[in-house]
Amino acid sequence: MSVSKQTHIHVQTEDFDLNIEYAALRKDCPAIGAITTFTGLMRDFNSNGHSASESHSANEYDSVTTLTLEHYPGMTEKVLSDIVEQARARWELVGVRIVHRIGEMQPSDQIVFVGVSSAHRGDAFAACEFIMDFLKTQAPFWKKEKTTEGERWVDAKTSDDDSADRWL
Amino acid sequence: MLNILYFARLREDLNTDQEQFDLPEDVTTTDQLRDLLMNRGERWQNALSTEGLLVAINQDVCDWNTPLTGNEEVAFFPPVTGG
Repeated sequence: MSVSKQTHIHVQTEDFDLNIEYAALRKDCPAIGAITTFTGLMRDFNSNGHSASESHSANEYDSVTTLTLEHYPGMTEKVLSDIVEQARARWELVGVRIVHRIGEMQPSDQIVFVGVSSAHRGDAFAACEFIMDFLKTQAPFWKKEKTTEGERWVDAKTSDDDSADRWL
Repeated sequence: MLNILYFARLREDLNTDQEQFDLPEDVTTTDQLRDLLMNRGERWQNALSTEGLLVAINQDVCDWNTPLTGNEEVAFFPPVTGG
């Protein structure tokens, strides 16, 4: 039986629908035994790592009200395709779908989706995490936060580099 | 003709997202191109000294000693923060 190994990569301003993404991964392929999905949301943490909703005295911290995401059109898609190809070389995958939003977002908004289908759950779990770890450290997206105190560009985290380095 | 792109904090600090010019003959690497741009003044010096600054040629991140022919798309940007 032929298995269509499809990769979908979308960078878009519009929100995405988890059910539609999941259905697309599941469609027309009885060889799939596992689907793993990851959804990244915008939180109200500021760059200092404090959450306004966690804090009893919210005034101590400036909470993030808006996030603006920009990217490098063309290179983003190229980098994401390369990451998916690396994942396909390591694990047996069927479908891979990546959706990353750009533009303005508010807390709890969906930012990123990664979905992977495979014959086996081990491959689906590992590949989904691998793709996310490298998306965070290699795909040319940049976040700018608007807080009650003003605007600032988000700094890259060394912990994200550490997560990606685990796979090397 | 060299096509240079600037993203995120760099784009804002330099107040420009793109420029084109003919590469001077004595500029043959990414590092030398950065030096050329930094010579424009303090604003350029500061922006291009950003910690972890990355450079990409034709949409591939590369080293600072990568050769340039003068017909590339070169992009400068800070460390990425997507996801």
